[in-house]
Amino acid sequence: MNDRATVIVVGWSPDEFGEAALARAVEEARLRQGRVVVVNATRGDALVDDRYADEDQLARLATELAASGVEVDVRRSMGADVGDQVLAVAGDVSADLIVIGLRRRSPVGKLLMGSVAQRILLGAECAVLAVKPPH
Amino acid sequence: MDSLNLLMDGFGSILTPQNLLFAAIGVLLGTFVGVLPGIGPAMAVALLLPVTYGLDPIPAFIMFAGIYYGGMYGGSTTAILLNTPGESASVMTALEGNLMAKAGRASQALATAAIGSFIAGTIGTMLVAFFAPALASVAVEIGAPSYFALMVLAMVSVTSVLGGSPLRGFIALFLGLTIGLVGLDLNTGQTRLSFDQPLLAGRIDVVVVAVAIFALGEAFWVAAHLRRSPVRIIPVGQPWLSGTDLKRSWGPWLRGTAFGFPFGAIPAGGAEIPTFLSYITEKRLAGRRGQDEFGRGAIEGVAGPEAANNASAAGTFVPLLALGLPVTATSAVMLAAFQGYGIEPGPSLMTDQPELVWALLASLLVGNLLLLVLNLPLAPVWAKLLRIPRPQLYAGILFFATLGAYASNLEAFDLFLLLVLGLLGLLMRRFGLPVLPLILGVILGPLMEFRLREAMAISGGDVSALWSEPLAVVIYVIVALLVIAPIVVRSVRPAPAAVAQDLDLSVDEEEKVR
Repeated sequence: MNDRATVIVVGWSPDEFGEAALARAVEEARLRQGRVVVVNATRGDALVDDRYADEDQLARLATELAASGVEVDVRRSMGADVGDQVLAVAGDVSADLIVIGLRRRSPVGKLLMGSVAQRILLGAECAVLAVKPPH
Repeated sequence: MDSLNLLMDGFGSILTPQNLLFAAIGVLLGTFVGVLPGIGPAMAVALLLPVTYGLDPIPAFIMFAGIYYGGMYGGSTTAILLNTPGESASVMTALEGNLMAKAGRASQALATAAIGSFIAGTIGTMLVAFFAPALASVAVEIGAPSYFALMVLAMVSVTSVLGGSPLRGFIALFLGLTIGLVGLDLNTGQTRLSFDQPLLAGRIDVVVVAVAIFALGEAFWVAAHLRRSPVRIIPVGQPWLSGTDLKRSWGPWLRGTAFGFPFGAIPAGGAEIPTFLSYITEKRLAGRRGQDEFGRGAIEGVAGPEAANNASAAGTFVPLLALGLPVTATSAVMLAAFQGYGIEPGPSLMTDQPELVWALLASLLVGNLLLLVLNLPLAPVWAKLLRIPRPQLYAGILFFATLGAYASNLEAFDLFLLLVLGLLGLLMRRFGLPVLPLILGVILGPLMEFRLREAMAISGGDVSALWSEPLAVVIYVIVALLVIAPIVVRSVRPAPAAVAQDLDLSVDEEEKVR
């Protein structure tokens, strides 16, 4: 470990997957005395995207994070690929760890829809931690 | 009661499984395109114009009527759930509707919009059934000069009254008239504006123009603005109305219908003014009753404008069927569909094609009922449509646009025209030119020229024949007023357009608009 603080990037969306990933990221950050960069990204090509947080959800996120006592930075972005945006932020802050929430997908579903998680796993320069929400 | 009997005959001809299926397809498709902002019933009907080559007129118009009404219903759903009014007519619905949705009353807002649309559409269609034949029987007597004047009135009113900028409107109108001129002069056989291209001499197909302007133009525009911050949709359950809501909605529904129908029925059309009048009337009445919920999600503010919107849409069938004058984009494209069948809409339509007219009116009533039955339970499904990514959606639209443009003549050159006119559509959106005057110019222009030539031929080329009939003179006076009045009003007072966006309407401003 070098002397700079550990940076943990978390791919977050306002749903159970994002919550699970964020909870774990905060836990890891406490453990390693690091800081967390929350990334909330959208392709922005549909009128409605439930995984892109609105003002209320961001405010709630801010209060939750403030209560956790960990140093946090929230970034929102829009681009062709959500996975690439998480990777871009990870590269930007020289992340030591990326935490993502994983959803269950059938092979066919993955074929049709692509997978943000897969994109991050394949493209990440650092360790990637995948968590699943509790049942 | 003659009309009623004829209407019953109309029901007789459309109540077959096949026609009911087309009605159902129409309302579902209409709601689909209405829900998605940017895609409207006009585009849907334009994309479906090629079906007229293979389908009988009656099922085709049943479907188009369904799309027309369905589109309006879909538009109000988006206005309420997203606060993104797809068209100017649902701006007023969005004001209170979205506030209601935010206050957790989305279901009631959707329900009052749906039932209000149904009631207004039904009453409006019945009124069409009574007024259109009467108007047509008078209109048969109208001479070519007055007819020409009526067309000028329709164009000028659509261009200068609706929409914010008369200059932009007139630019669009003249672009449309020019496109309508291209090709063979039907009187003399000379070619005009064809640049010696034999393919242009055959006139530009209306299908190509409509598809290019509505579908391609919009697709290019969306492609240029592909990524936009998503908006939050308000979750919605099953629409329903409680007894109190129902009691509060009745009055606004009926008053909205009363505002909407006359505005649709006069060839000056448009749903902006009646929805606005309905909104401020309901607000004032609520204030007088001392239970003013406006600004916090008043159900009256959804019920009234939504009824006015639909009644005015029904009203536009009066000039369309009795005079052959369309005043909305969708009815303009429907006029093109009539022409596709070789049917000339106008005063003689009622006597020449009675089965078609009455079947169309009956199908409007059936479509309205289907909308109510289908859409109340389906509202949550429609809300899901807003999650469709634009690339997939517009790829589908471009596919059908290209197919339609090619199918009309099986001519590759039409695809080139489609592209060129599509770019024109993009530029029009870029510079804020309204689409309706252009489409009206393309479709009505040749008809207008025909009347002008007719009047000139009768008078032996004497221009004064154009104002030789009293009716024509009266219409020209109205046209002059329509052109001059906004200029005068604007120079005296600031434009009222901004008032509509302002939630805090003061009484002062309301007076100004009236």
